[in-house]
Amino acid sequence: MEKPDKGLAPVLALRGVSKTFGAVRALHDVSLDLRPGEIHALAGENGAGKSTLIKTLAGVHHPDEGKILLSGEPVVFHGPADARDAGIAVIYQEPTLFPDLSIAENIFMGRQPRRSARRIDRRAVHRATADLMSRLGVALDPRRPARGLSIADQQIVEIAKALSFDARVLIMDEPTAALTGSETARLFSVVRTLRAEGAAVLFISHRLEEIFGLCSHVTTLRDGRHVASEPLDGLTEDDLVRRMVGRDLDDLYPKSEAEPGPTVLSVSRLTREGVFRDVSFEVRRGEIVALAGLVGAGRSEVAQAVFGVDRADAGEVKVDGRVLTAGSPTAAMDAGLALVPEDRRLRGLVMEMSIERNIGLTGLRDVRRRGLVSRALEHARAADWAVKLQLKYSRLADPVSVLSGGNQQKVVLAKWLATDPAVLIVDEPTRGIDVGTKAEVHRLLSSLAADGLAVLMVSSDLPEVLRMADRILVMHEGRLTAEIPRERATEETVMAAATGRAPDTDRTERTAAKEPTP
Amino acid sequence: MTTMTTLTRYLRWDTAVGILLIAVFLAGTGTTEGFANTDNLSAALGDVSEIALIALPMTLLVVAGQVDLSVASMLGLSSALAGSLWQAGFAFELIVPVCLLAGAVGGLLNGWLVTRVGLPSLAVTIGTLTLYRGLASVILGDEAVADFPETYAKYAAYTETMPGTFVPYPVALFAVLAVGTAIALHCTGFGRSLFAIGAQEDAAWFAGIRVKRLKLVLFVVSGLVASFAGIIYTLRYGSARADNGLGLELVVIASVLLGGVDFDGGKGTLGGAVAGVLLIGLLTNLLTLNDISNEIQVIVTGLLLVASVLTPRIIAVVSERRHRRTAAEESVPVSAAP
Amino acid sequence: MTTTLDKPTPEAPAEEGRSARSLVDAVFRAREIAIGGALALLILGTWLANPGFLDDQGVKDLLLNSSILVLLAVGQSVVVMTRNIDLSVGSVVGLTAFACGHFVSGTDHSALTVVLLGIGLGTVCGLVSGALVSFGRVPALVVTLGMLYIIQGIDHAWAHGEQINAVNVPDGVLSLGSGSVLGIPYLPLISAAVLAATGYFLRTYRSGRELYAIGSSPEAARLAGIPVRRRILAAYAFSGAIAGFAGALWLARFGTVVADAANGWELTVVSAVVVGGVAITGGTGSVWGAALGALLLTTIGSALVVLKVDSFWQQAITGVLLLAAITTDRVLQVRTTSALRKRSRR
Repeated sequence: MEKPDKGLAPVLALRGVSKTFGAVRALHDVSLDLRPGEIHALAGENGAGKSTLIKTLAGVHHPDEGKILLSGEPVVFHGPADARDAGIAVIYQEPTLFPDLSIAENIFMGRQPRRSARRIDRRAVHRATADLMSRLGVALDPRRPARGLSIADQQIVEIAKALSFDARVLIMDEPTAALTGSETARLFSVVRTLRAEGAAVLFISHRLEEIFGLCSHVTTLRDGRHVASEPLDGLTEDDLVRRMVGRDLDDLYPKSEAEPGPTVLSVSRLTREGVFRDVSFEVRRGEIVALAGLVGAGRSEVAQAVFGVDRADAGEVKVDGRVLTAGSPTAAMDAGLALVPEDRRLRGLVMEMSIERNIGLTGLRDVRRRGLVSRALEHARAADWAVKLQLKYSRLADPVSVLSGGNQQKVVLAKWLATDPAVLIVDEPTRGIDVGTKAEVHRLLSSLAADGLAVLMVSSDLPEVLRMADRILVMHEGRLTAEIPRERATEETVMAAATGRAPDTDRTERTAAKEPTP
Repeated sequence: MTTMTTLTRYLRWDTAVGILLIAVFLAGTGTTEGFANTDNLSAALGDVSEIALIALPMTLLVVAGQVDLSVASMLGLSSALAGSLWQAGFAFELIVPVCLLAGAVGGLLNGWLVTRVGLPSLAVTIGTLTLYRGLASVILGDEAVADFPETYAKYAAYTETMPGTFVPYPVALFAVLAVGTAIALHCTGFGRSLFAIGAQEDAAWFAGIRVKRLKLVLFVVSGLVASFAGIIYTLRYGSARADNGLGLELVVIASVLLGGVDFDGGKGTLGGAVAGVLLIGLLTNLLTLNDISNEIQVIVTGLLLVASVLTPRIIAVVSERRHRRTAAEESVPVSAAP
Repeated sequence: MTTTLDKPTPEAPAEEGRSARSLVDAVFRAREIAIGGALALLILGTWLANPGFLDDQGVKDLLLNSSILVLLAVGQSVVVMTRNIDLSVGSVVGLTAFACGHFVSGTDHSALTVVLLGIGLGTVCGLVSGALVSFGRVPALVVTLGMLYIIQGIDHAWAHGEQINAVNVPDGVLSLGSGSVLGIPYLPLISAAVLAATGYFLRTYRSGRELYAIGSSPEAARLAGIPVRRRILAAYAFSGAIAGFAGALWLARFGTVVADAANGWELTVVSAVVVGGVAITGGTGSVWGAALGALLLTTIGSALVVLKVDSFWQQAITGVLLLAAITTDRVLQVRTTSALRKRSRR
């Protein structure tokens, strides 16, 4: 362990904390120091124990061993309320607000300023909220209900909540995962303001450039163990990755050259009101086509409309020249489409069902014997794909919820590859999975394409897009703005198209016309 | 969630109910005169035949995360319809299909409101519970119509049994349907789909399962079966009344949940639900034979219902403590510790 | 290692937020206004058809008939707000009415004693349901259904076919049901007072707001450090207390009580609450709306009698109203959410 550098005494610290869930050791002898005026990064692959550590600090989990020190004194948190009262605020990736209540009520719930007879002072609540908003430099009406707020605005509400009780420690769990660039920038400037005011910040992100851009110290976890605590100065991205993974990485992007075959998926003039319009493109056999763009540009929505889980208002999807019935995933599956959705825990898998049943779910007609589901066939189908994808599991009858994120993603892939698709649509195939599995997924996609599968890949991960795709389609505000072949694809060309700065006069005009003059 | 999995590995609630059922049967045989004879068992089974029939589609609905509270009102509506048509001189052969049609339409309305408008089934069927019972009163008022044709009535009564057995006709029908439903739920893609819908509806839809259509079908079947049960009820008691089967929906749901079907959807077995129905039937019969009043029977039903949902949770908490686990992120509000 | 595509979004100007707010305010107020309007129209129409509907006796009857349902609706809406349900209220009314009657028969206990007894007994019932729901973590519908059976069974077993006769009930108790001040009977005054107090509490006290918070998002409530279980327990205890109170008033009003008094009322109460705009999924609505819903349902019943429409229609109309109410809620919710999204996106 590195020697902690001199400076202020830690406001919050963990000393030799261990935590076990059943047979799983989530944390083992972990220590951490958070000092005022310091932004501290927490790095580690998925399953390294980051969430458990955060929940321990937030008072949700109690450590089995070890101590939590608050300003040097040992404390025991009986619940989130205790941690909050100790001045610890946690901002989760997707904040949990009360959708029916106003922003002001969300911020001050349970702590509203009161007047005589313990009554809530409604005016003071709204005034205080307005003050917080102006301190954060955000124009949000305190009376507006939280329902319908964007994720970025919801996080602002959470930060305002933290400010409202003068939090000394701010813990941010992957806050930028769903934010756009400007939203991230706004968030960072707010965080820097808080640091300047003397708050200690613990920042978790999968994006290394954010860690290097924002933080001064980093603590790395691997398999629940403490690997290192050190200043970020003098550390390279490769050093950090090595600490997280524990070995040097193989090539992350193994893309083999493929010879494109005939067109198999053809989308024309697909439109969904208010989401995307007039989207046309084709995907050929043996090709990996990336659908790039900013978060909120409508990429996942296009993928979902192609597959039929969302209904398109206009336009058509053809597979092998045959038009698909709109709004019917069943028809899409029959035609040979498969969709690996973005949210695997909610949409990709039935978490409490077993591995084999999840894989069997897409082929209920294929695992039949005399009209009834055959458990033997179902098991064989799952076992077959588990081997092919090198799934790590103890029994196929175990619920998928016990698997790690990367292995869950493999189950989703298995479930769809088992349908023997002609076109595979993958939406953020490597989001939130560890670096090792990420390389495996890339190798798989590459070899599938080499075998003649058409792959449409929605991704926010720019290196993944640039290195894996044969062709890149870029969307901006619901429209397809550019098609860039692999040779011409660079960060600059893709970003230009994604932000609507494409050298296409016609389109820039259209975008300009859409912005109303205030 | 994890704790529940560990629990089910040791003891499954539906098996426990099955064992309890056998225990009640043996206890009844040993202690109570006139329990274990064919006449009495026919009566015991016949008395729960409507509940048992309605419990079949109800099990499917609950597994799929839905509930239909309007079934007993549909039973009453079907009964009132049959009564008023019979009074008006229609042939009984015509009345039956008309009642079944009404049941299907009623189920369709429930299903439409749930799948198209997107309302929770609990709210919808509390509404149609009131509506269908109201329509039944509108049709028949507080009259009672009797004198249904003996040719049909005898099949509904438990005095008439299948030739050579002590099984009344409605019970035989139930047995056949129960086997069919069990196969559909546990051995077909249809059943797998229902479990997936109940556990995680979005994931089911993204796996190409026709969620809305399946739910709609379930509600229609539920309405259909309820209206058919209405005809059996009418014939068995020889009386068509608008308030026939008042409150029966609660007994049906109680039986299904007693059988270990999870009210939150995604878990349960048809065998368990059937065991739940039979347990309530046998227990009621046994208590009646022992001159224990109807009121006590109601209390027993209530206690069983509470026990059926509470016991698994208590076991879960105990095993949780034993494993020194905190399932805090799942459902335990830690802050509530005093 | 990972780079993400970025997008600039213009800040929403403050005026946008304000217009979104007034839109939402309008929608939330709309329910109370709509129900109030429907009620006014119904009363007006019935009065035009039969002026006897609104004479002194008519108004008094209307108020008397609705007061117990209004009271129960207030109790129920506090539970429904927390995303739970209490189906046992009907049986609690039945039990307490009988118990109170049994207790006072042939004695000269005061009205206050009876009311306190009713409230006490009701609270005990509510605490049992509440403890099972909040600490047992079992589905509210199932547990309160079980409690409905148990309480009803106890009630019937106790009564054993007997009934409480008005002649045995002390006059002091009966005068609570029949007496009036300035021409207004006590019962509706009591309901109005409970309604106003509950409405004010839910709006201006922390624990009141926390009930809304729990219903709106139980997970967020837990993270915000709200004692979720204790609040839910309290909501059930309140609902039980109100039901017990209603049981005592039932005795005072009718004098003659059989064991199955208020049998089946639980669904009527839930209907009133839902028609009044308290969403069954929790977090929204007000006791005022619930009370208006109860008033509307009762008025429909009375109006049908006055208009000489077959009273058998009442239940069917209630059903239609209920379905219309939840459908409207749903459509409005979808519309407001998408309207707010669009505003925040721009």
